[in-house]
Amino acid sequence: MTTLPASTQKKLGLVIDLDICVGCHACVISCKEWNTSNYGAPLSDMDAYGENPVGTFLNRVHTFEVKSEGKNAQTVHFPKSCLHCEDAPCVTVCPTGASYKRTEDGIVLVNEDDCIGCGLCAWACPYGAREMDAAEGVMKKCTLCVDRIYNENIPEIDREPSCVRTCPAKARHFGDFADPDSAVSIMTAERGGMELMPELMTKPVNRYLPPRPKADISGDIDILAPLLAPVPENTGGFMGWLDAALEKI
Amino acid sequence: MTVHQPVVDTNAKVSDEIRKTTCYMCACRCGIDVHMQDGKVKYIEGNRDHPVNKGVLCAKGSAGIMQHYSPARLKNPMKRVGPRGSGEFEDISWDEAFDIAVGWLKPVREKNPEKLAFFTGRDQSQSMTSWWAQSFGTPNYAAHGGFCSVNMAAAGIYTMGGAFWEFGAPDWDRTKLFMIFGVAEDHDSNPIKTGLSKVKANGGKIIGVNPIRSGYNSIADEWVGITPGTDGLFILSMIHELLKAGKVDVDYLRRYTNLPYLVNTVEGSADNGLFLRDKDDKPQVLDRASGKPVAFDKPGVKADMANGYEVEGITYRPAFLLLAEKYMDGQYAPEMVAERTGITADRIKKIAAQLAHTAFEEEITIDQPWTDWKGEKHDKMIGRPVAFHAMRGISAHSNGFQTCRALHVLQILLGSVECPGGFRFKPPYPKPVSAHPKPHMGVTPGKPLNGPHLGFVRGPEDLLIKEDGTPARIDKAFTWDNPMSSHGMMHMVISNAHAGDPYNIDVLFMYMANMAWNSSMNTSSVMKMLTDKDENGEYIIPKIIYSDAYSSEMVAFADLILPDTTYLERHDCISLLDRPICEAEAVADSIRWPVVEPDRDVRGFQTALIQLGVRLGLPGMVDEDGAAIYEDYADYIQNHERRPGVGPLAGFRGEDKKGKGRGAPNPTQIQDYIDNGGFWIDHIPEDALFFKPWNASYQDWAVERGIFDSIQPYLFDVYSEVVQKFRLAAQGHGAHQPPEHLREQLDNVMDPLPIWYEPFEETLVDKDEYPIHALTQRPMAMYHSWGTQNAWLRQIHGTNPMFVSGEIWAEHGFNEGDWAWVTSTHGKIKVPVVRMDALNGKTIWTWNAIGKRKGAWALDEKAPEANKGFLLNHLIHELLPPKGDGMRWANSDPVTGQAAWFDLRVKIEKAEEGDAIAQPDHPAQKSPVGQGPKDIKYGEDF
Amino acid sequence: MHPAPSVILFTSLSGLGFGLLFFLGFDMPAVTGWVAFAFFFVAYALAVGGLLASTFHLGNPQRAMKAFKQWRSSWLSREGVFAVLALVVMGLYAAALIFLNMRLPLLGIIGSVLSLITVFCTAMIYAQMKTVPRWSQPMTPVLYLLYMVAGGALMAAQIQLAIALLVAVTVVQILHWVFGDTAFGRAGSNIGTATGLGNLGQVRLLESPHSGTNYLLREFAFEVGRKHARKLRGIAVLCIGIIPVILLSLTSEGHLVSFVALALHIIGLFTSRWLFFAEAEHVVGLYYDKHRG
Ligand SMILES: Nc1nc2c(c(=O)[nH]1)N[C@H]1C(S)=C(S)[C@@H](COP(=O)(O)OP(=O)(O)OC[C@H]3O[C@@H](n4cnc5c(=O)[nH]c(N)nc54)[C@H](O)[C@@H]3O)O[C@H]1N2
Ligand SMILES: Nc1nc2c(c(=O)[nH]1)N[C@H]1C(S)=C(S)[C@@H](COP(=O)(O)OP(=O)(O)OC[C@H]3O[C@@H](n4cnc5c(=O)[nH]c(N)nc54)[C@H](O)[C@@H]3O)O[C@H]1N2
Ligand code: SF4
Ligand code: SF4
Ligand code: SF4
Ligand code: SF4
Ligand code: SF4
Ligand SMILES: [Mo]
Repeated sequence: MTTLPASTQKKLGLVIDLDICVGCHACVISCKEWNTSNYGAPLSDMDAYGENPVGTFLNRVHTFEVKSEGKNAQTVHFPKSCLHCEDAPCVTVCPTGASYKRTEDGIVLVNEDDCIGCGLCAWACPYGAREMDAAEGVMKKCTLCVDRIYNENIPEIDREPSCVRTCPAKARHFGDFADPDSAVSIMTAERGGMELMPELMTKPVNRYLPPRPKADISGDIDILAPLLAPVPENTGGFMGWLDAALEKI
Repeated sequence: MTVHQPVVDTNAKVSDEIRKTTCYMCACRCGIDVHMQDGKVKYIEGNRDHPVNKGVLCAKGSAGIMQHYSPARLKNPMKRVGPRGSGEFEDISWDEAFDIAVGWLKPVREKNPEKLAFFTGRDQSQSMTSWWAQSFGTPNYAAHGGFCSVNMAAAGIYTMGGAFWEFGAPDWDRTKLFMIFGVAEDHDSNPIKTGLSKVKANGGKIIGVNPIRSGYNSIADEWVGITPGTDGLFILSMIHELLKAGKVDVDYLRRYTNLPYLVNTVEGSADNGLFLRDKDDKPQVLDRASGKPVAFDKPGVKADMANGYEVEGITYRPAFLLLAEKYMDGQYAPEMVAERTGITADRIKKIAAQLAHTAFEEEITIDQPWTDWKGEKHDKMIGRPVAFHAMRGISAHSNGFQTCRALHVLQILLGSVECPGGFRFKPPYPKPVSAHPKPHMGVTPGKPLNGPHLGFVRGPEDLLIKEDGTPARIDKAFTWDNPMSSHGMMHMVISNAHAGDPYNIDVLFMYMANMAWNSSMNTSSVMKMLTDKDENGEYIIPKIIYSDAYSSEMVAFADLILPDTTYLERHDCISLLDRPICEAEAVADSIRWPVVEPDRDVRGFQTALIQLGVRLGLPGMVDEDGAAIYEDYADYIQNHERRPGVGPLAGFRGEDKKGKGRGAPNPTQIQDYIDNGGFWIDHIPEDALFFKPWNASYQDWAVERGIFDSIQPYLFDVYSEVVQKFRLAAQGHGAHQPPEHLREQLDNVMDPLPIWYEPFEETLVDKDEYPIHALTQRPMAMYHSWGTQNAWLRQIHGTNPMFVSGEIWAEHGFNEGDWAWVTSTHGKIKVPVVRMDALNGKTIWTWNAIGKRKGAWALDEKAPEANKGFLLNHLIHELLPPKGDGMRWANSDPVTGQAAWFDLRVKIEKAEEGDAIAQPDHPAQKSPVGQGPKDIKYGEDF
Repeated sequence: MHPAPSVILFTSLSGLGFGLLFFLGFDMPAVTGWVAFAFFFVAYALAVGGLLASTFHLGNPQRAMKAFKQWRSSWLSREGVFAVLALVVMGLYAAALIFLNMRLPLLGIIGSVLSLITVFCTAMIYAQMKTVPRWSQPMTPVLYLLYMVAGGALMAAQIQLAIALLVAVTVVQILHWVFGDTAFGRAGSNIGTATGLGNLGQVRLLESPHSGTNYLLREFAFEVGRKHARKLRGIAVLCIGIIPVILLSLTSEGHLVSFVALALHIIGLFTSRWLFFAEAEHVVGLYYDKHRG
């Protein structure tokens, strides 16, 4: 369905917490591992042991450095996979209808049987969320683990995306953004969950929780300083304090 | 418009079967669910029930499939046919391999057992390999701890009976302020990440102390970009502030530490710095009520820590007063250390204040009565929710032992060890020094060694020095050079064996250690040492046996290769006798088992070792008739008993399979583990969860579980008498005396209270010429050298740039894409550079062990790892630059011998890009396993 | 963007082919019989050849037929549909002309319009890409259409018209560059909005997710040196219009001159198409710190 559904029953997606992502790449490999032997064609690796290994991944982690005057530079790890946009430009450009957004849950998927591998959807995606598999010539992208989240062969507790299940830092959360009471909606509301490149009006479903402000060297007034005021001399200084402390117990 | 969507099979079958075992992509030992389909490994995910990872996996863990199918896997036993280092081998049978090994080892055992040096690298079966070595009779055994983090371990055990990582962990659920020093990833990788997440979720605060702001430090609420090698000063300065303000937990110190002990303060006396002891040899404290010295453990006594005691002209003062005096000295004032540490005085004060605030103003209590070892009842558990963690950033320096001690002392002063919200031990820890063995060196040809190789010395009398004054061990562990080298010194083995100092060896037998590459300092020279020949054209190190699972750099240097299986193809046990998977709340151990059978002619190393032992007729491995007692490792795991009723695995013991820690061998124990998910766990009772060293209930429970045979309560050695004994020897006291050239150094560093001194390399190099600190960090998605053969992981880290601080970048006018020469007093490397601002201004760093030798790991010789990737190790020497006296001292901690990887000082210059190949560029080794396939589509079959 | 030869060939050649068809539909030049055959042959060879070239970069060209399905929303699909329509209509028109010596003007005009729409669709494939601000300007379809008709006019030997159109395409091409050069900045996406971290300070990529390359970098992160680009633009401008116009206006008409002018124009066209891709920056480059604009 190249045209987008007017609305979807659910808006499934991920919340990614940049305040706690340590950049371990666990989600990257877990995603690769699950998806290479499940939905669709395997995620190949070309020249796997050679000079220029290039494989297909559906999720990748960047590391950025942020600098501002008078503060320590900060590093931020930044995982990125498909954001399952509401106004997904990758879907509307697709000539074959291989790319579509599911009406029931909003997941943006590629029907690989229909994909001609023209690459246009990847051009249309601002986020670099689609990669063409070099071996199969079909477009691969995050499926939101559609073959896990409803899968009755999987224990209920594990019916969540592979990347979410594996994230050691619990920086990834999965849920329904259409439900204002879902954990992901609440987190997004409380922590100011961000859309990426809102100016492109793709209306991404996935949200990013910004890093919390960091304590920094400059400008902080030390409200705890009095705690460390030396034991006053008039109470006998350190020895006096010690004596009193020993007496008390 | 009607919507027409393809039907997606959302209910596809995941696998035929799940087999639960233990990950070995690193030493964290997470539980894994291996999904099998058509008899093949399809998907690996974390085991939700497992105590270590609770379902999560790291990148390496998920990439296990690629390791399991790696083209670099060795396929057969091999014997060398080309020159050493060339990589030319011939496949042989196991019988031939054993024949060769027996032919080499038998004469050694019969005449000079010490001529076998058996060192086992990243071994997770040390209780078994050490048992084998002991049975063989050589004193030359250790694993890799000596170059890894013995400073952390030894400082922890000598100070409080345990250290971080597998020894203990923060009380993640309750901690409100967590401070982490010098950690990039650590062994406890997944638990730390989950823990950090918990602290944040609970509204706690994280402070990261690290020259580099990456990984854990990037998510820390506050980052302290300390100058490398100065943590000790920073910590002692915080202690200074806390003491001055009276913000230490006096009650805790009096109850649980040796700070009330009376110390002889007479300068120059042979007993100076030692405790006043009674006729039962019990240390004495001053009873505040009577003003008289009494035994420290006398029930009801309230020790005075504020007053001294004089008898027969000798002044004794409580250790606490010595400590207070020492650290309240102005030299530790924040203003005095600010410049050196690169941390402003204000900031030091502020952090100390936060520690004090959280420990004392945010005290937590758990309404759980408990009883201490003196029988005193407590109606609740009081917690100081400040916790610390640290690793190699503070331990891999030549001042690391004392720096690690300083950190332990800081947490003890705050009263936060073993309390709710603080740091807690994992069984079998806490374990006092007294419960550990001493090191042994008694060699008798044809007989076992007279005791365990490694241990904890209690004083100079325990050193392993032969009667002629020469070191008993090839690595010179437990000598005056590094008296408390509890983990041995694997990094000195090759250079000492090459130098024939203290003696020549005949067979070097190694397992799982890439000593010809990233495990060694000064890699190029080590490769040369391994290939050097004597005047007769014989190799100086005559015979090398090596067990690896993959075609590593080290393989090329061996004469005989014993190919191991991958971790999914063998039995293993992660044992309480060794380094188990316990949590602070539970005792636990686990196994690996062959979830798939190997498709090559390989054997689990432990099995091969047992079979070799049988052929050598080693005691414990054969019965009176010379018949094998254990068929293989699995047999050993189930049936070996270390002490009656206590064996490698603690769970499901006895005939009823209900034995916990104790009980007769159970012939189906491994299957019972498999049925239980690959591990066994037993929770500590509620009243025993905290204050373990002093908690009567914990002590009893530990004895029941076979952790100890009798209760082992003890007090923390904040003041280390053991260390002081070495200092006294250095000052000329006692029967055991150090050589003259070491006296001064020992006198300086063997301080019974933590001190800071400048890292050795810095005192020897011209700091104007070499103004920069150079460090390495573990990448979270790579494990040392062995991750590179992994088709997925190598895409993430296929090269390693040198990250250069913004300050240095600007100073040298670097641009994106530039290359640079980095030079130390020892060597020179050419590397690509990248700018990083979230980095201590005087520091550069790179990811560890990404660079590879051409031809290794079944990679194309043009692989980026072998061309753009590089090792920093070429710049680091195992010896320090020459001193005025012409002697070359080891580049390691003088107390423990820990390799000082992070003391390195360098200079940097812009380089011509040229061919954009990193230097040095070693010639290729031939791959005994060929090269990996071009394109892969893993998952195609399913 | 990666200047894939297949795409450059496709857009240039099919543009020329449809341009020629456009004129042939209007009976310009008025040809019949074998001469008509020759003209149509060239036009079809270019148009079909271009279309075929475009399938070279498909991952699964055997499924190319599926690309006609989504004409309701996809410009690529529409392009396919219109290309087929145009080729069929023009085919009928040509057949009549060649074999029956019969000119069906209405059919010709319909074919011409369909050709125009086809190239418009091609242009819209690029112009719709908000992710590539340089393309995402109203001038992109104008430019494509002008290239089409200018090239078509040249080949159709409509010299006077060609001179005017060549001037027009040169001007629009220059404007397209000028506006294109600032388009990325104007579009408002930067590494700050891409990461959402802009309000925390200056954002910079420290480490790429992988040390090697990947599909995205290969496809989108082509970097062309500024100096290099300027030189190529100069060559393009000279070849597309300036020299051909001078040649055509100053020399007497003749096949050789027309041929040289056309050859130069095609060189210019290829160069400008190469630049069209090579200079286009995709916003995904922001995640790789590739945008230096
Ligand atoms: N510059 C610098 N150098 C360092 C450090 C540093 O911080 N900076 N750190 C040091 C430290 S702490 C360590 S621990 C070392 C680690 O360095 P190494 O001990 O060299 O560790 P690995 O590279 O993991 O190599 C161990 C060997 O074990 C093999 N192996 C893997 N799995 C198996 C198996 O299942 N069976 C067998 N038999 N073999 C297997 C691998 O193929 C490899 O050859 O590096 C040290 N080197
Ligand atoms: N993914 C992964 N995990 C691993 C390993 C691996 O190779 N890969 N290796 C395992 C092994 S063998 C070991 S020993 C552990 C080591 O685990 P870590 O202790 O985390 O080891 P390193 O990566 O060497 O990190 C040392 C850290 O100390 C910092 N540092 C260096 N000097 C100083 C200093 O003077 N002060 C302070 N405060 N910080 C300093 C460095 O910046 C770096 O962040 O990791 C284990 N876990
Ligand atoms: S697994 Fe979690 S912590 Fe690790 S990189 Fe992914 S999101 Fe970040
Ligand atoms: S992130 Fe990209 S691929 Fe995913 S829906 Fe949005 S535009 Fe499409
Ligand atoms: S690559 Fe496949 S999914 Fe993407 S636009 Fe082309 S046909 Fe559609
Ligand atoms: S949801 Fe599934 S497909 Fe998407 S990034 Fe996570 S693991 Fe990959
Ligand atoms: S931390 Fe990762 S590699 Fe290490 S044992 Fe756990 S899952 Fe395996
Ligand atoms: Mo290590």
